[in-house]
Amino acid sequence: MGDKVPVLKQGPYLIASIQTALTDAGWLEFQDDLLSRVGRFRSRGVIIDMTLLDVLDSFSTRTVRALAQSLKLRGAETVIVGIQPEVAMAMVQLGLVGRFEEINTGLDLEEGLAGLDKLTGEGMAQDVG
Amino acid sequence: MSDKDRIRIETDADIVNARQRGREMAAGLGFSSADLTMIATAISELARNIVEYARTGEIAVKLVSRNSNKGVAIIAHDDGPGISNIDQAMRDGFSTGDGLGLGLPGVRRLMDEFEITSEIGKGTTVAVKKWRQ
Repeated sequence: MGDKVPVLKQGPYLIASIQTALTDAGWLEFQDDLLSRVGRFRSRGVIIDMTLLDVLDSFSTRTVRALAQSLKLRGAETVIVGIQPEVAMAMVQLGLVGRFEEINTGLDLEEGLAGLDKLTGEGMAQDVG
Repeated sequence: MSDKDRIRIETDADIVNARQRGREMAAGLGFSSADLTMIATAISELARNIVEYARTGEIAVKLVSRNSNKGVAIIAHDDGPGISNIDQAMRDGFSTGDGLGLGLPGVRRLMDEFEITSEIGKGTTVAVKKWRQ
């Protein structure tokens, strides 16, 4: 698949930056990949950066929610960052926001790291800044 | 660029392809970035319904005008099983427990005009339009 999402390891956290529109199969592959990496690296938190995504439809929203919930069961917190203003508005119109209610979100990577520090009690944000 | 584009919908890759081509065509009309995102999201949901419920179908994207107003029309057509209760399908939260649904009420909110015709055993056509603000 050409959809591979690059994942960086940053101390106890993983940072996944989605670079291009994913197909449904691409989303599922990304989900499996992150779930296995969190175990391999014993990660405490995950940031999923969606800055470059121009559409979040019902399938991707549902997959991201399921992914965040599954990561939690694997012992890692998740913060979604970078949802663009237009994408946020379209999600509201589509009626998808309820699905994100229990999901942690932040404006950008910086907020994502700070959010994970708070959720996990780790201290990456200070080290990075 | 042509003022009409027909995209065959069969796989999940076609969903991404359809919304990207629809967005490009609408971008040529000078829609705002917010409108382009709504159009692309609506196409994504309509294409998804085809793949999930009818397996195969087609999405046509057309540039339209009315008086001095310009816009884009998206017609999603399939020969699938049809929708038995359209009123119900147009209500939010209809369908399964996981809140998946057909996404049609959301598509209607994203666009300016919405028409649906469906016949059991024959198929479904959803036609939507967005006018440039």
